[in-house]
Amino acid sequence: MTHNLSTPTSEEAVRKLKVSDQVLISGVVFTGRDAVHKYLHEGGTLPDGVNLDGGILYHCGPVVLKDDSGEWQVTAAGPTTSIREEPYQGDIIKQFGIRVVIGKGGMADKTLAACQEHGAVYLHAIGGAAQVLAECITQVRNVHMLEEFGSPEAIWEFEVRDFPAVVTMDSHGGSLHKVIQAQSGDALAKRR
Amino acid sequence: MSRLTESLIELIRRTSAEIPGDVQSAILRGLEQEKEGTIAKSALEIIERNIELAKRKSQPICQDTGSILFYVDCPVDLNQVEFEQEARGAVKEATRLGYLRQNSVDSITGKNDGTNLGPGSPNLHFHQHASGDIAVRLVLKGGGCENVGTQFSLPNTPLKANRDLDGCRKVILETVHQAQGKGCGPGVLGVCIGGDRASGYEFSKREFLRKLDDLNPDPKLDELEQDILKTANELGIGPMGFGGKTTLLGVKIAAANRVPASYFVSVSYMCWAFRRNGATLAGNGEITDWLY
Repeated sequence: MTHNLSTPTSEEAVRKLKVSDQVLISGVVFTGRDAVHKYLHEGGTLPDGVNLDGGILYHCGPVVLKDDSGEWQVTAAGPTTSIREEPYQGDIIKQFGIRVVIGKGGMADKTLAACQEHGAVYLHAIGGAAQVLAECITQVRNVHMLEEFGSPEAIWEFEVRDFPAVVTMDSHGGSLHKVIQAQSGDALAKRR
Repeated sequence: MSRLTESLIELIRRTSAEIPGDVQSAILRGLEQEKEGTIAKSALEIIERNIELAKRKSQPICQDTGSILFYVDCPVDLNQVEFEQEARGAVKEATRLGYLRQNSVDSITGKNDGTNLGPGSPNLHFHQHASGDIAVRLVLKGGGCENVGTQFSLPNTPLKANRDLDGCRKVILETVHQAQGKGCGPGVLGVCIGGDRASGYEFSKREFLRKLDDLNPDPKLDELEQDILKTANELGIGPMGFGGKTTLLGVKIAAANRVPASYFVSVSYMCWAFRRNGATLAGNGEITDWLY
């Protein structure tokens, strides 16, 4: 089943999503990865202009170049591995009111519990598909903390249209990652 | 700019934007095998579209342009100091042009100066040979797949892995299971049996220079490669860990001698965005042929 999701995202919209649903996202997306998570978790404040309430956080370190007219152009923008943010993500979802996290590889129990409690989902984008996903970015609205964190780790504010992803952790405790991990573990035990 | 620097920039561009033919064929075979209407099929369709788009736009297949690993086979009279300087210049320029992401961070200060130059970056491995040719191979290895690599010291009690090929098989398959979708599968394994902790990983990565469709000249290792590929693809992990038939695209295994006390199995995981290319160069630095 394919759903369209736009920002700001309501709890109601997020609660409708179930594991294995496909989603097309349109609206504003903020990137944030290792440096941002550690910074926020240690009590750092969001820079002016960044509002994650009902928002979408994308685990991504894009390639962004300035063109001749001084405009930012995204030339590659796939997801980065999310599990590194597992110690921080659940708290950050609740503290800042995030409804959607996009990344790859899935996350674990603490994040899954936060999704269930707060009403949030984890969407899996296709890892490595930097060109297909960059084509869905229609505009670079802004960049924050570029100086502090460097380009891949900065908070980029993107406008996206029909950005494709799959629900792999929903707000009802469902996790595709847990299911596949268990099934493949059983399959491996038979072949050891 | 020197001819050599230009050639190395072109090598970086091709490696970053164009997937090798052997890898693309393996991905297409995976795409045919996955069931219509599944998220595994849809993932591989996006991957295939991405490969075409990156080549057409001459832009990175994946935004994580990875560790920059050069393997240089060179005649004895090549000035390696000069070559390394040219390679550093090429990396800096390729980064400015967006073929490489600003991807190198000072581990102590956390600063990223945007050049991709620093201790260990780029990483050059020189090997002298009797021929007068220069052959440069480049692998760009992303961080997501690098993070799921493993090194086991056998015997391993929990996995009941002894110091034999069956023990190696057990820890290699364990690596595939642990990785799930986190290494951006369907992946390719480069493995070294033996060596020390450093040479084990080093040899495991060199296996990525082999084409996916070649056969291991050692029949025992060839059998192990085929067995692990077949078994891993029966586990149902699938593309991105979404479930499905395509978990691995290839397995390449090397062996190195070890000291009696050690028995390491080092496994490097390469994502589907397997960026590897190479060229032979004339003495003036001009590209004379492509190696893949």
